[in-house]
Amino acid sequence: MGVYSEKVMEHFRNPRNVGVIEDADGVGTVGNPVCGDLMTMYIKVEDDRIVDIKFQTFGCGAAIATSSMATELAKGKTLEEALKITRQTVAEALGGLPAPKMHCSNLAADALRRAIVDYLRKKGDFDRIKQLGLEKELEKMEKGEEEEDHEHGEVCEA
Amino acid sequence: MPYMDYAAGCPIDERVVEAMVPYFKEPGNPSSVHSVGLKARNAVEEARQKVAELINANADEVIFTSGATESNNLAIIGYAMRNASKGKHIVTTAIEHISIINVCKYLQKNGFEVTYIPVDRYGIVSVDSIEEAIRDDTILVSVQHASSEIGTIQEIERIGEVVKSKNAAFHVDATASLGKIEVDVEKMNADLVTLSSNDIYGPRGVGGLYIRKGVKIQPIMLGGGQEFGLRGGTENVAGIVGFGKAAEIAKQEWRSEAERLAKMRDKMIDGILKAVEESYLNGHPEKRLPNNIAVRFNYVEGESILLSLDMEDIQASTGSACTSKTLQPSHVLMALGLKHEEAHGSVLFTLGRYSKEEDVDYVLEKLPGIVERLRMMSPLYRRR
Ligand code: FES
Repeated sequence: MGVYSEKVMEHFRNPRNVGVIEDADGVGTVGNPVCGDLMTMYIKVEDDRIVDIKFQTFGCGAAIATSSMATELAKGKTLEEALKITRQTVAEALGGLPAPKMHCSNLAADALRRAIVDYLRKKGDFDRIKQLGLEKELEKMEKGEEEEDHEHGEVCEA
Repeated sequence: MPYMDYAAGCPIDERVVEAMVPYFKEPGNPSSVHSVGLKARNAVEEARQKVAELINANADEVIFTSGATESNNLAIIGYAMRNASKGKHIVTTAIEHISIINVCKYLQKNGFEVTYIPVDRYGIVSVDSIEEAIRDDTILVSVQHASSEIGTIQEIERIGEVVKSKNAAFHVDATASLGKIEVDVEKMNADLVTLSSNDIYGPRGVGGLYIRKGVKIQPIMLGGGQEFGLRGGTENVAGIVGFGKAAEIAKQEWRSEAERLAKMRDKMIDGILKAVEESYLNGHPEKRLPNNIAVRFNYVEGESILLSLDMEDIQASTGSACTSKTLQPSHVLMALGLKHEEAHGSVLFTLGRYSKEEDVDYVLEKLPGIVERLRMMSPLYRRR
């Protein structure tokens, strides 16, 4: 299908790090209100570094490819470094995404962020959460909100 | 290469291409008085006759347009504007093509009222609910004959009777049904019928609108009085000739083709529902277009299935091409009462003239593994 770059298709065909980490240190789940898709990210942390990461995605081709790319980018990074991964970083690493599909890459970046917050919260390290500017995220998670606000794609209604 | 996306685009029949070729090259404008112009005029009129014969109409009741979307616009806007003095209420259904839905929204912004009749879980519009919705000021009822997205065929003849008895005009969108099942304007009691060329293996960029004699509409494309003054602009002669040829072939072949396709359809539906657990049919199991296989799979998303199918060189669709832009589940699937994530797991296979039994076997061989692979990636599957 012509809409995606070769790189996106390559990650879709052979997604890296698919699956579940049963004894994960942090788990983050995000739902996409635009399309109803869903993603969960699992991380294992040692010495402030993400040593293992896995994902599960119910979503379009872009969602699967961006999850895969985000896990690749995050693996081996410190928490601080991993938090710098945004939807732009992921999309760029994939050679771009079609405009209506940009929002799909939010899922991966947000799920990763939540997995990190979850890890810190489980550790009781709320100072660090504050220091990293993640209180808002934590609040949303405590409220059980799975949904993030995203920009909407092009809408064809008259 | 199993191409199973005929609803999105049909290949053009070789015989149609052949008929068109001379008219691509020649200059003839059907409005010119000289002999070259006359030849073009005759070709257009011959095509009109052929399209009319396919739907049991008279030639002077058919006009040519640029396609089904224009025909839907012209039928509804043209009729509503011309007959607004009789009333400003229109009745349609929740599962119409997006061009009808958007035309109705446009009219709503311009002083008309529109009632959208819901459908049952198979996509059937009840005749009674149409009858109840028609008021004294209802001027037009628009119902599709069959849905390309879920395959469901409406009880169009009974609806036509009801509309007639209530003295409203009846528009039928026959884009998906033409050439696949019988389309007879008399049996349907239709006043306006939308016809598409590409859906019957004719060229893209051409369509038609049947307008019953005596039914008044207003043109929306103003020009030099072409097409009985209802659609301005020099005729697309080659395209119209192709549409005519496609109609001629469809008239001869649709019955045998429908029989052949229905067998393949049934084999494919049975095969999928058996091979993949938690898979379901969208649309009506019997009142169904012979070429339509609309299914859905729990826990997986349609686009990722399409990409995976395409990797195996199988082309299918999630339904309406529009959906892929908005990312919203299709309004047709939502009208069936499906949940968001159920609608998202829908895949549409549409067969056609060049589909072969081996194609069906090939898809049945590949599809279960594809769904399984994606389910293993899905958080919903695990959460069960
Ligand atoms: S994540 Fe839902 S459309 Fe891409």
